[in-house]
Amino acid sequence: MCGIVGLYLKNPELESRIGELFKPMLIAMTERGPDSAGFAIYGDEVGDGWVKLTLRHPDAEYDWEALATRLKNEQQMELSWFQNASVAVFKVRAEEAALREWLAEEAADVLILSVGQSIEILKEVGLPEKIAENFNLEGMKGSHIIGHTRMATESAVTMEGSHPFSTGMDLCLVHNGSLSNHNRLRDALKREGISFETQNDSEVAAGYLTWRLQKGDSLKEALEHALEDLDGFFTFTIGTRDGFAVMRDPIACKPAVLAETDDYVAMASEYQALTTLPGIENAKVWEPEPATFYVWERSSN
Amino acid sequence: MSNDINVNPGLRESATFDRTTMAEIRRAADSGIYDIRGFGAKRKLPHFDDLLFLGASMSRYPLEGYREKCNTQVTLGTRFAKKPIVIETPVTIAGMSFGALSANAKEALGRGASMVGTTTTTGDGGMTPEERGQSSKLVYQYLPSRYGMNPDDLRKADAIEVVLGQGAKPGGGGMLLGQKITDRVAQMRTLPKGIDQRSACRHPDWTGPDDLAIKIQELREITDWQVPIYIKVGATRTYYDVKLAVKAGADVIVVDGMQGGTAATQDVFIEHVGIPTLAAIPQAVQALQEMGMHRKVQLIVSGGIRNGADVAKCMALGADAVAIGTAALVALGCNDPKYSEDYEKIGSAAGFYDDYQEGKDPAGISTQDPELAKRLDPEDGGRRLANYLRVLTLEAQTLARACGKNDLRNLEPEDLVALTVESAAMARVPLAGTTWVPGQSF
Amino acid sequence: MKTIDLAESSIRELNQALHDQATECTEREWEVLNPKGQHNIACGLDQNLAVDIQGHAGYFCAGMNKKAHVVVHGNVGQGVAENMMSGTVRVKGDASQAAGATAHGGLLVIEGNAGARCGISMKGVDIVVKGSIGHMSCFMGQSGSLVVCGDAGEALGDSMYEVHIYVKGEVKSLGADCIEKEMRAEHIEELTDLLNRAGVDEDPASFKRYGSARQLYNFKVDNASAY
Repeated sequence: MCGIVGLYLKNPELESRIGELFKPMLIAMTERGPDSAGFAIYGDEVGDGWVKLTLRHPDAEYDWEALATRLKNEQQMELSWFQNASVAVFKVRAEEAALREWLAEEAADVLILSVGQSIEILKEVGLPEKIAENFNLEGMKGSHIIGHTRMATESAVTMEGSHPFSTGMDLCLVHNGSLSNHNRLRDALKREGISFETQNDSEVAAGYLTWRLQKGDSLKEALEHALEDLDGFFTFTIGTRDGFAVMRDPIACKPAVLAETDDYVAMASEYQALTTLPGIENAKVWEPEPATFYVWERSSN
Repeated sequence: MSNDINVNPGLRESATFDRTTMAEIRRAADSGIYDIRGFGAKRKLPHFDDLLFLGASMSRYPLEGYREKCNTQVTLGTRFAKKPIVIETPVTIAGMSFGALSANAKEALGRGASMVGTTTTTGDGGMTPEERGQSSKLVYQYLPSRYGMNPDDLRKADAIEVVLGQGAKPGGGGMLLGQKITDRVAQMRTLPKGIDQRSACRHPDWTGPDDLAIKIQELREITDWQVPIYIKVGATRTYYDVKLAVKAGADVIVVDGMQGGTAATQDVFIEHVGIPTLAAIPQAVQALQEMGMHRKVQLIVSGGIRNGADVAKCMALGADAVAIGTAALVALGCNDPKYSEDYEKIGSAAGFYDDYQEGKDPAGISTQDPELAKRLDPEDGGRRLANYLRVLTLEAQTLARACGKNDLRNLEPEDLVALTVESAAMARVPLAGTTWVPGQSF
Repeated sequence: MKTIDLAESSIRELNQALHDQATECTEREWEVLNPKGQHNIACGLDQNLAVDIQGHAGYFCAGMNKKAHVVVHGNVGQGVAENMMSGTVRVKGDASQAAGATAHGGLLVIEGNAGARCGISMKGVDIVVKGSIGHMSCFMGQSGSLVVCGDAGEALGDSMYEVHIYVKGEVKSLGADCIEKEMRAEHIEELTDLLNRAGVDEDPASFKRYGSARQLYNFKVDNASAY
């Protein structure tokens, strides 16, 4: 039960302002989700052969420098890293699988919030305004961004249970609604090798997409399968490396609004989250259809 | 059953396929439609009878009955409303519709409640002038169907109760069968006369707590933030529902356990959905406590409350007030043996009658038949209800004093012990004579 | 004319000012600036006021309206004019889901499209949509008229009672117990009047009429699957 916001820039000149444009959108959804908030920002891409990870550790004083040093010395991996409040962003020249394996072995307590070439996922318990401040959202640059404010329904209010959920390389998902068959689905997905951190229904949706994509589905195919296999109520927004996608369930009780201008496409649970965008007065504004899939991406890959 | 005596003791009835079960199979085979009935769950459930109070003796001191004060007054809706409701006894009357009940019955409920200074509640189908006129404090229900919902009545209400569900059928909508859709009921609900009316299970214009927050704000705006907004839920995932009700902005939360009554619902729903009232209260209180809202957002509990002990036990578990429905109807004369012959004529018996949906109630309560309805004199019914409410209050006070409390709300879970493992686990109080609370590790 | 700028005033201040007109009407014409999608704008009105909202409104705009004439110069969120009793509400743009839900009276005009569940459980209101409407519209509709100049989504009029539905365009599918019915002279007359009142220029003869087959009015074994 939540608020969703997304902003995809068509005009590259706005990329230096994406954080500033997005921050009020996230804060406008405070009432829909006062428990936790988060966002996935796409930008600052690493080159081929490199991966970017957003990492977090339960210990706020965790020594990221030591971790970086070990990767460099023991694994001879080229890397750079920086800390942003409670998370560290590592850019490493390595294969994703090898890096994940090493982290699981050597730094098991480190949580991987996102993996990709572009994505960073930043999320935390608390009010959206505080979270935006903590991560310095306002100063961020990027091509697109999706965010979420959470009103927890059944699972605990934790950072892990906050959205967005990573669903694979440069992919993430945010959800508004309530799934009704996630427990059995979680069990089935666990047997397929998908791991889960929480009892959250939305994490199951994310895990489901991860699984479908691993099976070789395109994003569109994965979402079409999701329509068949997920029961309950949902509006999803999915972040991809090149853009974002929006989908509502066939019952379509949970709200969503889209707006488009020459400069951007924006999505929100409520129109009031869009009112601070430049040129919104003259934007094309509409409500996405039920069981219909909307995608904005820079290229078709 | 009386005829059991005449059954050959060598015959053995199946516990699985008992006579009631077999009768239902035959009924289903005859009719092809599920059984619809009124009343609440009839199966045996862990209940308040399984709890006992620890009266004061040496380690604690009791209060002197009738002389030393024991407060029963409760204020509801202190969180946001400009005009909270003060009730003189923590026993309120649950929502029951005009339509399900006769106008006389609704009037009697209003009269009885007003006499003792407590609230009564409308139901699905709107507010009648008789009810508003006779109820000094009236809670107006806001239901998925919105039958008879109008802003004038909304502004006349002393509180608004947004109903998400009821204990007899959490997740289900309402029903009112054709016999009861008379001209007046049809007109109030904008329905064709004589149809079998179904009510929606979800509200038409919002779904989920995030949208409910906006709906509550709308109701507050329309009523200029004057009156409390209650949220009523059927007891199921009570811990989460209560937390969400608080987040959505409720002033008061009503939790209706599965013993709560209904006017007309599928039997399978009544008997198989929801959790017992006893199990719901500790969940609700825990949710409120964790949010720091216990006593700030008031909790009303309903579902199978019959006597002052039940009231006191609810309060001890952390409720701020209770609501009664079925018990109030019994006080008015429902299932009274004085109508034995009439019950038998319609294939029922005094003490067993639950076909509220048929509108043939010999006691004249759950009916729209003018002749039957005349059997209930609203003034007399009101007096009977008031008497009963006074007894509930006195009984609860008696128990509270015995536990050394000068206020009903000072009763605590620590004043209770349980007789059975089940009730100890559900109510989260120790098994009598032990310190063992099943499921809790210390 | 009185102007209230929601960039400076709160929704509470706006609504209180409008509600105060119920007892004594001192100002008939109101203009609301900078609504910016806020919720519950101009709900609970009870006076013959003319309220112009200059921009998009959020949920429950003009909810439970009585007597007032509200025009939204933009889009509206969920439940516009929900439970309206009388007066008119006109939306110049699109409406989200549950437009006119449970409304008892008055006239709701949507000049753009309306989302899902338009006219759900409507109880006497007249709704005229110049564009199209979404799925489950007029679900359990009880009374009143729903006019759609564009298309209707899936399950139109499911489990409905006595609403008169007129659709000019395509109907994706009819809900349980909803059937196409003959357009008789009295229906042309009713529709002509509705279109006139809504200020919509369409030929009444180009519409089809839908209504209840009344097969679900009383429980019947044969219909069990439809319940």
